[in-house]
Amino acid sequence: MDWLLEPLQFDFIVRALVAATAVGIVCSILGTYVVLRGMAFFGDALAHTILPGVVIAFLLGWPLAVGALIMGVLTALGIGFMTERSAIKEDTAIGVIFAGMFALGVALLSASGNYTVDLAHFLFGNLLGVTNGDLWTIAILGGVVLLAIFLFYKEFLVISFDPVLATTLRLPATFLRYLLLILIAVTIVVALQVVGIALMLAMFVTPAAAASLLTRRLPTMMVIAGVIGAFSGVAGLYASYHLNIASGPAVVLVATLLFVLVFLFAPGRGYVWQRL
Amino acid sequence: MAELVRQITYRGVSHQPGTPTLEMRDISVAYAAGANGVTTQRGTQYALQAVSFKVEAGERIAVVGPNGAGKSTLFKIIVGTLKPSQGEVHIFGQGPTGHICIAYVPQRSQIDWSFPVTVEDVVMMGRVGRIGFFRWPRRQDWQIVRASLERVRALHLAKKQIGELSGGQQQRVFIARALAQEAELLLLDEPLTGLDVPSQEAIFEVLDGLRPDGVTVLVATHDLNLAAERFDRVMLLNHQMVAFGSGTAVLTPENLLAAYGGHMHRLSETDLLLTDTCCEGHDG
Repeated sequence: MDWLLEPLQFDFIVRALVAATAVGIVCSILGTYVVLRGMAFFGDALAHTILPGVVIAFLLGWPLAVGALIMGVLTALGIGFMTERSAIKEDTAIGVIFAGMFALGVALLSASGNYTVDLAHFLFGNLLGVTNGDLWTIAILGGVVLLAIFLFYKEFLVISFDPVLATTLRLPATFLRYLLLILIAVTIVVALQVVGIALMLAMFVTPAAAASLLTRRLPTMMVIAGVIGAFSGVAGLYASYHLNIASGPAVVLVATLLFVLVFLFAPGRGYVWQRL
Repeated sequence: MAELVRQITYRGVSHQPGTPTLEMRDISVAYAAGANGVTTQRGTQYALQAVSFKVEAGERIAVVGPNGAGKSTLFKIIVGTLKPSQGEVHIFGQGPTGHICIAYVPQRSQIDWSFPVTVEDVVMMGRVGRIGFFRWPRRQDWQIVRASLERVRALHLAKKQIGELSGGQQQRVFIARALAQEAELLLLDEPLTGLDVPSQEAIFEVLDGLRPDGVTVLVATHDLNLAAERFDRVMLLNHQMVAFGSGTAVLTPENLLAAYGGHMHRLSETDLLLTDTCCEGHDG
């Protein structure tokens, strides 16, 4: 039991555990929509575009979440707007914004002092540096995201499954679509400190993809994804502590391992199962 | 913001008594300039041109025509996802975008059948507009869902994931969703394609059951025989309205030649061979 309890004597580890669990749950539950709607590329791009916001906040000494939130919501709306009425294909438009904004963020940061250490924190997270203030940010923003997913459950289900039905039911489809984009942006801010920009996509996609192989109902899929996400956060942090590896990648590796196990052995739909 | 509040609290427009279920006056839809390379020297190209007709409550209409004749475009205008470049659409006397009584059953190829929803989840989606924001389905909504499934003889499938169904069962479930929506105008896009005869019969049986309720049904189909035999009227489209009336009056060799052109081969005075290669996914 020592290996389980020993890390808990450190306050920063306890804070990291709480943060990793919360982020695992929020990312994975919203991630079910990312997976079902085929928005993986959008999510990855959005995570990268917040870098300039984070860097500017960092250089000005503001809380990073403020810069990330403003940038994330602006880009979500911008990409939504561009793909709605532009003559450019959706993935091309996203690619242009994604790479351009990311370059701007790196350029801004490179002009300042301790460039590589700071960049590594933004890219791969700084789980062990989570403060009490960060925990409050995660709790409030994460809570808002979960509440919105709960309140708009049936409407999000309709626009994701059958957009034409949303029209005939006269749902405000554009509002709902933008709301979902904004929720993704907010969740990215929540997860920034835990897994960082570069690995963010894994927290959205991997637990939800594993869950999709284990159930055929959306509410169950959300619960399973949340459990996988939370477990990945906790187990990843312990792995990081005992094996002395970086925490963000450790969390993602645990989630990936779980996905591979499910992909191989899921009852009925796993690779091995289908070949028995 | 006021617009959003209006949308969230929206409950549909009322029907004007004495008006036809569906009326189109001089509807034209131009292809968007530049899209599909259709703005040519010949001037504006039309997906639909000067289409006018009326449909009364309870009628059963087959919409036929070659691929790309504008059948899907016509349905999109009725549903309200596409605005015509010219002309007026009236459904129970009002424009389409206000109504929540129009149900659209998509082609099966347009649905992600691996989506994690059960049959009853899909049918419940038809209730979402009436349940309203920030509320959950009540007992009455579940009763309507079960009754709708019962009417299409699919109640025993309620707990199945939609990918586990046969093609005919999938169509019936989507018709049940339209019933749960309390639809008065039902549009079905190629519902018969790819189904065997018993499955097609099962769908006609379900549609027959809607007649006493005055539900109007428009079906896009490639099957001219079924169109002639099983519908009150047949609409023959090829960008323009070629003919609209009873099956025997509409599906004459002359009309079919006008609609299908090069795909129609005259074998003799009475026999025609249609080589239009149909099928889902190409728009109709």
